[in-house]
Amino acid sequence: MTAAGTTGAENSGTGTEPRVLVLAGGLSYERDVSLRSGRRVLDALRGAGVDAVIRDVDASLLPSFTTDPPDAVVIALHGAAGEDGSLQAVLDLCGIPYVGADARAARLAWDKPTAKSVLRDAGIQTPDWVALPQERFTELGAAGLLDRVLGRFAPPVMVKPAQGGSGLGTSVVREASALATAMVGCFAYHPTALIEPYVTGMDVAVSVLDLGDGPIALPAVEIVARDGVYDYAARYTAGLTTWHAPARLDADTAARVGRVALDAHRALDLRDLSRIDLIVDDRGQPWVIEASVAPGMTDTSLLPMSVAAAGLDLGKTLATLVDRAINRR
Amino acid sequence: MTTGTTLDDFTDRYARRMRGMAASEIRALFSVANRPEVVSLAGGSPYVAALPLDAVGAMLGELGSVHGATTLQYGIGQGDATLRERICDLMTLSGIDISNGASPDDVVVTVGGQQAIDLISRVFLDPGDVVLAEGPSYVGALGVFQAAEADVVHVPMDDHGLIPTALSEAIAAVAAAGKRAKFLYTVPAHQNPAGVTLPAKRRDEILAICQSAGLLIVEDDPYGLLGFDGEDASNGHVDNGNASNGNVGDGRPLAAFRSRSHDGVIYVSTFSKTFAPGLRVGWILAPHAVREKLVIASEAQILCPSAFAQAAVATYLGEMPWRQQLKTFREVYRERRDVALGALRDLMPVGTRWTVPSGGFYIWLTLPDGLHSKDMLPRAIAERVAYVPGTGFYADGAGGAHLRLCYSFPPPDRIREGVRRLAAVIEQEMAVRSVFGVAATASNETTVNWTPDDRSSRGFRAADTPGPETP
Repeated sequence: MTAAGTTGAENSGTGTEPRVLVLAGGLSYERDVSLRSGRRVLDALRGAGVDAVIRDVDASLLPSFTTDPPDAVVIALHGAAGEDGSLQAVLDLCGIPYVGADARAARLAWDKPTAKSVLRDAGIQTPDWVALPQERFTELGAAGLLDRVLGRFAPPVMVKPAQGGSGLGTSVVREASALATAMVGCFAYHPTALIEPYVTGMDVAVSVLDLGDGPIALPAVEIVARDGVYDYAARYTAGLTTWHAPARLDADTAARVGRVALDAHRALDLRDLSRIDLIVDDRGQPWVIEASVAPGMTDTSLLPMSVAAAGLDLGKTLATLVDRAINRR
Repeated sequence: MTTGTTLDDFTDRYARRMRGMAASEIRALFSVANRPEVVSLAGGSPYVAALPLDAVGAMLGELGSVHGATTLQYGIGQGDATLRERICDLMTLSGIDISNGASPDDVVVTVGGQQAIDLISRVFLDPGDVVLAEGPSYVGALGVFQAAEADVVHVPMDDHGLIPTALSEAIAAVAAAGKRAKFLYTVPAHQNPAGVTLPAKRRDEILAICQSAGLLIVEDDPYGLLGFDGEDASNGHVDNGNASNGNVGDGRPLAAFRSRSHDGVIYVSTFSKTFAPGLRVGWILAPHAVREKLVIASEAQILCPSAFAQAAVATYLGEMPWRQQLKTFREVYRERRDVALGALRDLMPVGTRWTVPSGGFYIWLTLPDGLHSKDMLPRAIAERVAYVPGTGFYADGAGGAHLRLCYSFPPPDRIREGVRRLAAVIEQEMAVRSVFGVAATASNETTVNWTPDDRSSRGFRAADTPGPETP
């Protein structure tokens, strides 16, 4: 085993079918998070009696599909490595079932501007936005283009990479003079930036599962970052954020939030599971910010909290999703 | 209605020194550096594959099969006596010997150099005390000082290491602030991360300044024996007349601070760079009174160092051709240093500067104006090259204009490829900053001194550097 902890399959040997492969690691900024997610998924599956192994995605993966094919794959890869649809396409090529959205849906949801277009076309409220690649600023000149952006979106605005997760490269711009710096920080992570108005309100995340009877919205989890910013440290350091599950919403608003999350899940065709991130504004209106195809599964991740808040067992839930994936074959 | 959870039931019970410890996106990026696709110029790993692993493995096996009754048993807190004698033999290469009071009785064996620094801090530092350290300085030491709740005051360096006048000024400034500097922490030879070596003349000046101020020197010397043959001669190699010879052609180091002062210097070193970091064996040579306290502190911490690891090192020093092995390591690292420097000269954009190490593992690179090494790291990871941002080596958030490159581990062709990728990253970053007219916060860099900038920092310094597992 490498320091990454996942190279080479580790066999749990519980002896029960099906045999599940958890994929974690990969070459992305979120590799570290993915390794933790993968280990949590592995433990949960094994706890539910599933014969599960874990491995990284590298040159030994495809040969292993020939010599030792799994019955199903659970993708715990974050970032492009597991969420841009390409891994799903590879698994389709290999005829191996997997939990989660198919390649087409993953590709749509992974790209935030594309996903927002789909959501808006479906009548789902999402903040207005503009997505601009770095080259456009080079061609047209940054000052003029930033002025146009600011002419449309007055601060505060969110600047985030068009693709990616864990809050990496994301910043809240509260003054016009800070926008250029935020753009540079964003472009360090991805060549296209998405800029949208910063919606103030309650941050919530709704996990959606389809355990066989159609998608259901689990209780919303409310996020209260200690320093007001739900950045990488706040997400992955226990103690820096307070999570309320279920969120402190009145019944009507909670129901509305759940419905919107389900609508978003369906509009993006995310199949087995997803996490929909929303902001509930001061009028109680939910705004969908983004959708996650491979939600985090770490100790501080939101989907496992939702599962627990719903009174479900994470391992059994994942095992059910695995069965669904196998039965789709 | 829910009450919420932070997923940490102990937040009101942690010690004050744990404040600021948080997950770091920079540290998380280093996770990728373990992948073979990435050229890692980040970690400080020695190239242990250059060891005669068959022979070392046989030796380790025999330590278990033949001598297991003692090597698998507890040892004494101060460390194995045979090993301490051999450590003294080794230190003669650095000019430290009986003539200046070096004795096995004053050696304390530690779990690597890291425990050595920690023990010294436990013995000397109270919260609020000041430690003077080079700027930049070894991140592992900064972490220890931070955990001790000490304040680190960085003393500027140049291409020849710590600047004596700057040290005098720092001592005066600390005193004027009503604080007390307990010691100067320095890595005088092939410094981590700057790669520079303090010439003999400066060593004398610094020693005089410290003696005048009553300031103890903690000399950390992991790389002293890894000077590239003959190159320290140009850096003022001296022989203090006590060692067996002063031939600069055998990789002998400059005479250590400790060889120049018996009572004013605590000497720390390790076998992690010259033999095997997996064994975790280091040592302290301290004045007798200090040694007593170090042993008590170490026993409270670990009872005793690993008997097996100590036996391995003692046997290696006693029965294996370690001098030849040192020469092999020096040749390996010299070749890699040359490849790295050649690639830097060939490929780096105008405005980039770097140090030229005469030994050790590291090159300290200064970015073109307006760039920030931490901000640039995601772009580097995307291009499959890893380095350590300079911010990791300052206690005060400075260092953004710099980065550390380590050439000890990757093979030469990968080093060149890594530098090629890094050059492209720097050019990309220059281009995007030029488009947006955005420069990193001014760092007041000059062509000589590496003066700290004023960017604020959050959390522990170690958050900006990879863990020890990163190659």
